[in-house]
Amino acid sequence: MPLFLLGLFIIFVGGLGSLISSRKAVLASFIGAMGTVVGSIIAIIPTFQVLLHGKTETLRLNWSIPSGSFFIQIDAISAFFLIPILALSAIVSIYGSEYLLAYRQQKNLGVPWFFYNLLLIGMSLVVVARNGVLFLIAWEIMSLSSFFLVTFEYEKPAVRQAGLIYLIAMHIGTAFLIVFFILLGHHAGSLDFDKISGVPSSLANILFLLAIVGFGTKAGFMPLHVWLPYAHPAAPSHVSAVMSCVMIKTGIYGLVRALTILGMPPAWWCWLLILIGATAGILGVLFALAQHDLKRLLAYHSVENIGIITIGLGVGLLGINMNSPVLAVLGFTGGLFHVINHAAFKGLLFLGAGAVLHSCKTGHIDSLGGIIKRMQWTAFTFLIGSIAICGLPPLNGFVSEFLIYLGVYKNNIGGGFEAMIFVLIVIGSLSLIGGLALACFAKAFCITFLGLPRSECAQHAHEVGFGMKFSMVTLAFLCVLLGIFSPLVIKSAENVILEISPFQLQDIQGELEAASTILWNIVLVSLILFVMIIGFSVLRKMLLRDRIIKETVTWDCGYAKPDSRMQYTATSFAQPLTNLFKLFLPTREDVSLSKGIFPSKSAFHSDTSDIGEKYIYKPVYRLINLFVSKLRWLQHGRLQIYVLYIALTLLILLIWKLM
Amino acid sequence: MLILKLLNMIIALAAAPFLLGIINRTKAKFAGRTGQPLLQLYYDIWKLLRKGAVYSKTTSWIFRTGPVIGLSVVLIGSMIIPFGGLPTIISFNGDLILFAYLLGLSRFFTVLMAMDTGSSFEGMGASREVTFSALSEPALLIGLAAVAKYTGYISLSQMFSSLNLSIWLNTGPVFVLVGFAILIVFLTENSRIPIDDPNTHLELTMIHEVMILDHSGPDLGMILYSSAVKMWLLGSILIGIIMPIHSGNLLLDVPVTILFMILLAVIVGIIESSMARLKLLHVPQLLVGATILSILALVLILR
Repeated sequence: MPLFLLGLFIIFVGGLGSLISSRKAVLASFIGAMGTVVGSIIAIIPTFQVLLHGKTETLRLNWSIPSGSFFIQIDAISAFFLIPILALSAIVSIYGSEYLLAYRQQKNLGVPWFFYNLLLIGMSLVVVARNGVLFLIAWEIMSLSSFFLVTFEYEKPAVRQAGLIYLIAMHIGTAFLIVFFILLGHHAGSLDFDKISGVPSSLANILFLLAIVGFGTKAGFMPLHVWLPYAHPAAPSHVSAVMSCVMIKTGIYGLVRALTILGMPPAWWCWLLILIGATAGILGVLFALAQHDLKRLLAYHSVENIGIITIGLGVGLLGINMNSPVLAVLGFTGGLFHVINHAAFKGLLFLGAGAVLHSCKTGHIDSLGGIIKRMQWTAFTFLIGSIAICGLPPLNGFVSEFLIYLGVYKNNIGGGFEAMIFVLIVIGSLSLIGGLALACFAKAFCITFLGLPRSECAQHAHEVGFGMKFSMVTLAFLCVLLGIFSPLVIKSAENVILEISPFQLQDIQGELEAASTILWNIVLVSLILFVMIIGFSVLRKMLLRDRIIKETVTWDCGYAKPDSRMQYTATSFAQPLTNLFKLFLPTREDVSLSKGIFPSKSAFHSDTSDIGEKYIYKPVYRLINLFVSKLRWLQHGRLQIYVLYIALTLLILLIWKLM
Repeated sequence: MLILKLLNMIIALAAAPFLLGIINRTKAKFAGRTGQPLLQLYYDIWKLLRKGAVYSKTTSWIFRTGPVIGLSVVLIGSMIIPFGGLPTIISFNGDLILFAYLLGLSRFFTVLMAMDTGSSFEGMGASREVTFSALSEPALLIGLAAVAKYTGYISLSQMFSSLNLSIWLNTGPVFVLVGFAILIVFLTENSRIPIDDPNTHLELTMIHEVMILDHSGPDLGMILYSSAVKMWLLGSILIGIIMPIHSGNLLLDVPVTILFMILLAVIVGIIESSMARLKLLHVPQLLVGATILSILALVLILR
């Protein structure tokens, strides 16, 4: 524990140092990033010890705040979430130190570094806090520091709007969490997590729903996800990576922690989680398909992956409910392993998108193209990330989805209607998500990196510098390593599952051992695949060695000068699928066709809006606005009247006290 | 034992191009033509492997790596998919999921290499390919889940060897449903009529053929061979489920299963001769139909 606190302290000092030295942009970046890297390395040591040995570390200090105490504890669940938080933030900060330098002329770089380091501290405290008040304070530190990071380019109106949406969404979520903790504290008489037990089932049901909304807003459950597609593209890319990879996972952490407190789950909790997961997964990837902006597309994919994680948790919970260790272990392991995997590949993809943005100054997919020739490192690592996020073997994304599949295929919860629906929803949604994600990333990768450049800026793209490349390559390696060593990595989940579920350690270990044996087979296949690919590449080279190899233009039915405007665009690539699912994708199309014998200019523009936003939020906010505007007469903007209000309030309070 | 395992792989690798010969011969007979030689694809692949290559200036290394990955994936597939009761080199619980996703990997690279050329024709093909495969994936995985629940096994080898012809007496309807669902997946994945027409002469209307327009020489040879093997593997899954012959004598089982594969090729030939390709807009309906058949099969088994 002292090491952990020392690490957090160093991160804080790094942030503060960066703020003080903010006149020198390079120095500020260096200090900020250095603080994060060194602090994270120090803090991650005790975390690994906890995860591997299964013992917990506790620190409890008294605090003058009512029902608050500085009670922090690292147990297996905390450690499991802390490791990606610390590791990813450290890797990404190296990228950030180069990325932010592009703004050195216009901006004070000390400020984003201060908030970046504060965000990291906030996230770390959230997962170790064991007192409701402390938890909420950490939660707010996390939300507010990320708000200031999202609004880094506050001079742009779109960024300000994104920041506002983010701020409001976060606080709606927090409001539910405050109610959650008040009810919990009222029942237990204390807000320390270890004093809470034996929650009656009626209260547990309410608390569960509050947790779903409160934590789900952070995690991005449908339809609480609306802030993601605004906040992620607005933030600087390394911040989007941190927010999308680890910050939204604190929502999942909160849910898992709540489940350990609330006791035995009734069946409908499991069904609700599986349904939430399936909707978030399918709709998330569908919305992603309709996007034209690279970072917005990635933001919707976070919703999809949160969906997969939630399906995993739901399956695991169902295993507890049905007393089936196989289902519980495979579901939770799949879901939790996907938390780590998603951090690795989504981080990689956001950094790749950031590199494209950095170099081409646009993230609009339809004005990119052909940059694989000029940004080879970025393209290659982005490809690795795309394969991983589509859940294709041999990378890490496949393994976590495979575990969930395995649980469902293998389960023996008996026949009947429930089992049928369960198998159908999980297999059906996972396979559909897989197919749609493949379509979406084929689109994102191909239109961005392949073909001919569609604009001037894509033509002059250049590779990014060492720091940014380093972070991307590291994360790409992580994706490969997490895949290859998955049989070992999943065993680290045993203590986590022990904390969540009522099963014995031997049962859990037995199931994990069985899963790990199966995964070794997949690793073997992956290795054979690697060897074959290398072997056939060499063979192909040898076959072509002394032959005539010509270069010409792409075949376009005999047309001799194909140019970049004739290429398929992202919109047209996704059109068959978006058309098929148009029920969920309300799209507005502006078509102006050329008329006359000599055709002049024609234009086509399409824009897909979010159904959550269009059909839920807009009407609700319109109602709220209608109501609130009725109270406008209270606000005159005159100081005297406000003083009068204060005086009146005090008077009323005085009278109330006297009565 | 090892010899038998290798034999399983070798049959798939050696006999796969022959299947296309039979399909083409069937179609020729229906059209009243003599048709190309049964071994035509072998000659084609051999010819292509000895040629040079032409590349588009737009393409990158992706274009050149795609065929290699496709070939590697089907080779691994031939180690996983059992044929006629033969043992496989790789077999573990959940290998059917791995195989479905490996096909996804090769599809991903096929799409990538098509888009690498920057041609809008290949873009169209790629776009259709990802659309249709996204819809056929649930049909395949739910259909396999139905068989897995029926047998209680989740590795293909165990699953197939626990089936025998008595399934038609006990649970005939289930296997009719699964059979049709997987037949549709088989036709989709192998780009046959009624989903795709491999012999169309207009780039605008193709799916798979248009994606490989710019490939030539050994690359094209690898692609043709990989699609032939892929067809064999998916065919083995279909035959393994609906025509499980297990007499205990491999000398009988393997030839009989080969006969069924030939029959499957003839049926594909008949389908292709007797109907036209569906309108592209109607293909999703067919695929959703296949998914519904799979779902019904699962319902019948778990009810």
